[in-house]
Amino acid sequence: MKKFYGEGLPGVDPGTLKGKLVVIEGPDGSGRSTQIAALTNWLEGRGYAVEQVGLKRSTLIGAELAQAKQGNILSPRTLSLFYATDFADQLENRIIPALRAGFIVLADRYIYTLMARDIVRGAEFEWLRSVYSIALVPDIVMYLRVTPQRLLERYIYRGRELDYWESGMDIGFSRSWYDSFIRYQTEVHREFAKLQALYGFVTVNGMRTPRAVTRDLQTRIEAVISSL
Amino acid sequence: MPATPPSRDIPGKLIAVEGLDGSGKSTQVYLIKRWLELEGYKVFYTEWNSSTIVRDATRKGKKRNLLTPTTFSLIHCTDFADRYERNILPMLKAGFIVLADRYKFTAFARDSVRGCPERWIESLYSFAVQPDITFYFRLPLAVALGRILAGRPELKYHEAGMDLNLSQDIFESFRIFQGSIHKAYERLSRKYRFTMIDSNRPVEVIQEEVRRIIRARIDMADYKGIFRGTP
Repeated sequence: MKKFYGEGLPGVDPGTLKGKLVVIEGPDGSGRSTQIAALTNWLEGRGYAVEQVGLKRSTLIGAELAQAKQGNILSPRTLSLFYATDFADQLENRIIPALRAGFIVLADRYIYTLMARDIVRGAEFEWLRSVYSIALVPDIVMYLRVTPQRLLERYIYRGRELDYWESGMDIGFSRSWYDSFIRYQTEVHREFAKLQALYGFVTVNGMRTPRAVTRDLQTRIEAVISSL
Repeated sequence: MPATPPSRDIPGKLIAVEGLDGSGKSTQVYLIKRWLELEGYKVFYTEWNSSTIVRDATRKGKKRNLLTPTTFSLIHCTDFADRYERNILPMLKAGFIVLADRYKFTAFARDSVRGCPERWIESLYSFAVQPDITFYFRLPLAVALGRILAGRPELKYHEAGMDLNLSQDIFESFRIFQGSIHKAYERLSRKYRFTMIDSNRPVEVIQEEVRRIIRARIDMADYKGIFRGTP
């Protein structure tokens, strides 16, 4: 039986939601998108209907949010609320309808990433907890754990540039991208660990081969969907 | 980002005006602004829903009818937060009298009528300080409706509460919606101790009372600016 973290959304009875909400959390470079693609194939191969959602993908403000991040002109709180709006839009217009129709919703990150990032930027946990009390409690949350050093190696190996926000450059930890990245990712992980204790999610070692990680995730999802 | 309003160690003063559409509050706040400017006080004026960044998204959401009560509430709060952190708070810290044509209570009233839990809305806006004075321009509902509807205006979808399916007729929907907003304001006025102003009187009579209240509640000498007239 689904429920909301708090009072939830006006007019939505979580009892009518039949599908399963599966959340994959983890930093950029932890292999989330690879895993979600693999899990989608696996689930669809077995005849389950899958809906993928993520951050910054809402029709309402997805584009504006991406644009606002380019300019780096929003205060942390404004950005935080912008993300909350994006999340709420997808929750109401995609996640809930899909669950109502009995889909398995694969969420590429959820409120925990949003909360951890904001807390590192000075937001108060209690405020965030209230903002996100509209969220549905997922059936399972799996956090792909990869150390900051390994994340950096993966970035460099793939010839990707470090992302301004994922390196926490807006916070001003250091003028060195390397130092800032390590420090930021370490702090985000520390916040995740705290959230994990509160919200109870599963940590999955993301520093193995993609196939090993997929098998691990499949076993855990299996336990959840067996009740479908 | 503290979740509770900071202790009032900021030198400025915040005066908010609230009331129904048609209550005359915008006229009154304009006259307060003119008075303070002409007397050479440091004054800053801000209105609801006026920052540029979020405006496009709000417009798109309204036009395409994408907004639910929750996203309506969040997008307006985003807009407000931007204005608050960019304008209102810096001006208060700089020692200005800030005049806000609608403040967070507008959101409390509208969002609660749309079905958002009041506790959630209050928590959402908990970063915004309580005003030093909140004027509530109070008018019998029928009078406020009469003022707005007399000219058969072009009502906007959300303004008329059309998203709530109150009536197919936009004017009827507006009447019902404003009635609920009126009730919400009455409740909020007690909870947050608004300063009630009887708005069913001539403009200049109301303005005289408002100025008297401001003079009595704020030590005006602290807000004399270096400019005379409009800077």
